[in-house]
Amino acid sequence: MKIATHNPGALETRLRESRKLGRKILVPYITGGLAGWIDAIRGAAANGADAIEVGIPFSDPVMDGPIIQMASEKALRDGATPTSILHELRSVDVDVPLIVMCYYNTVFRAGHDRFANSLRESGVVAAIVPDLPLEESAQWAVAADKALIETVMLAAPTAPDERLPRVIDRARGFVYAVGLLGVTGERAELATTAVAMATRLKKITDMPVLVGVGVSNAEQAKQACSVADGVIQGASVVRRLLEEGADSVANYVAEVRAAIDSPVVSKR
Amino acid sequence: MNAKPVPSELLTPGADGRFGEFGGRFVPETLVPACEELERAFNDAWNDSLFRTELDDLLREYAGRPSILTECHNLGAQLGIRLILKREDLNHTGSHKINSVLGQALLAKRMGKKRIIAETGAGQHGVAAATAAALLGLECKVYMGAVDVERQSLNVFRMKLLGATVEAANSGSRTLKDAVNEAMRDWVASVETSYYCIGSVMGPHPYPFMVRQFQSVIGKEARKQFQEMCGGTDPNVVVACVGGGSNAMGIFSGFVDAKTRLVGVEPAGGAAVGRGTPGVVHGMKSYLMQDEYGQVQEAHSISAGLDYPGVGPEHSYLASVGRAEYPSVNDQEVIEGFKLLARTEGIIPALECAHAVAWIAKEAPNIQGQTVLMNLSGRGDKDVAQMMTILGDELD
Repeated sequence: MKIATHNPGALETRLRESRKLGRKILVPYITGGLAGWIDAIRGAAANGADAIEVGIPFSDPVMDGPIIQMASEKALRDGATPTSILHELRSVDVDVPLIVMCYYNTVFRAGHDRFANSLRESGVVAAIVPDLPLEESAQWAVAADKALIETVMLAAPTAPDERLPRVIDRARGFVYAVGLLGVTGERAELATTAVAMATRLKKITDMPVLVGVGVSNAEQAKQACSVADGVIQGASVVRRLLEEGADSVANYVAEVRAAIDSPVVSKR
Repeated sequence: MNAKPVPSELLTPGADGRFGEFGGRFVPETLVPACEELERAFNDAWNDSLFRTELDDLLREYAGRPSILTECHNLGAQLGIRLILKREDLNHTGSHKINSVLGQALLAKRMGKKRIIAETGAGQHGVAAATAAALLGLECKVYMGAVDVERQSLNVFRMKLLGATVEAANSGSRTLKDAVNEAMRDWVASVETSYYCIGSVMGPHPYPFMVRQFQSVIGKEARKQFQEMCGGTDPNVVVACVGGGSNAMGIFSGFVDAKTRLVGVEPAGGAAVGRGTPGVVHGMKSYLMQDEYGQVQEAHSISAGLDYPGVGPEHSYLASVGRAEYPSVNDQEVIEGFKLLARTEGIIPALECAHAVAWIAKEAPNIQGQTVLMNLSGRGDKDVAQMMTILGDELD
């Protein structure tokens, strides 16, 4: 077990406190700029989210499956831009940390420092850049650290054991355990890799470990939380926002909250 | 004058996978170990004489290499230049794509993979991948933009005939860029069993380097053949069309250290080098057509194979140091180029290569008396149906 040596930022502090209280962590993902997204953030925050991940839509989202692709295309068609999304986030008054998920070209095009500062100015405390692996992350990491933006790193099932500690070393906020081999989207069952990945990570770090990608409903969230400190729920949230609107997101977040809060009942 | 240092030899990217500032490995974490494994496997294979012999044998006995040079006496006389074609169109499957695909499919087998994934624009890479898969007993899935499935239906049928599965990409612009996205999504999910056979000098390291090495056979042959044909001299100009840029990198690689002008012709509606700015997509940093927020713009070209808003990173590097130039031609000029080569030489070029023909015809007044070597990277059979609807009445 490696004890993190960096100073935890706002997100990590909050998640560590939750963990200390025995509370499992729930992070819903919401596509920025999609109709009803601000209400969805408020609804999620009011119904048990510990932090909220806001996706900045990109034209070529290679880590995303059909639902989030569709949401991204829709938001872009409606005129969403990184600037408009960050601008709107400024006026969102919720009591949970905000995380931005964006593809690297959004950062690169804006400029590392400029983008990091614009996140900070919008009240965002952390960033997830899914196509910026450890080896390419140095420039962004410097800019992000300087602006007090915590860069969440992803750990994937394909990583050999020697790689994970290096990824964790650079992670801030929490470690994002990729739950399966594949892109975002809902699956009928929780992949066995989800718990396996959380187990591998929990053995070697004291940072919060959250499982995302393929955690598709309350039951699966509960399963993942048997080992992980929490979950990220993406496609299942975005699908509800697309099909039913922001109220449905609030109800769903409450449902997942209740599931991961309930004590584990033995099936025997 | 350009004061930047001009490379006198081909670059071998280091561990960071860069050509100058371009290239790299911007992929989801899931794929990083796969890219590293591929890099090791390729370097190992490329330095293994048994692998090289096996590949050379396939290139000779299966693909039909070496491809010949053809001097265009009629068109050359008409334009006032000496015009010579490198005939990659005569390869098995009708384009240069087979060079890289045979190498990659052999490598996939060597790595123990049973399935290959490919993306395709015009369908030439898809057909080549399906062909190599059939030959070497691999399962093959090809992603193709829905728009391209429509305009290149003959190649879709060809791939199916060869036993491949073709899946239409319905996201985004529904062309090559989106086929790459779908192929990468497949790869993220199947990385342990599948080999991603990228069709051009693009993608994350080591692909741009590896595909260039596999395509460098074009340049190596062409330089020797040209010198034999033209009294030991090198051409004044080497010309090739550029989408992702594999046929151009293949022929340029033989002449980077020569005093030859290197020209990559882009479509006006997909001029990544000519009109793009540095950006990151599909695993690489390179010139890219994008808006002010970094959203990738849709390319628009008459030729499906060049309908791509990005370009291989080594081209971005060669452009940035002034070693190669990247002019563009519009669709109308391409149609004229297509007809021109057919009428004067009895050779129907692929629409992609018609870009190079169009540029040569336009540039001819400025290069009178010079020797021009053009890479004819593919034949036009696949484009005949499309051209029939465009030219039909005009030819009656």
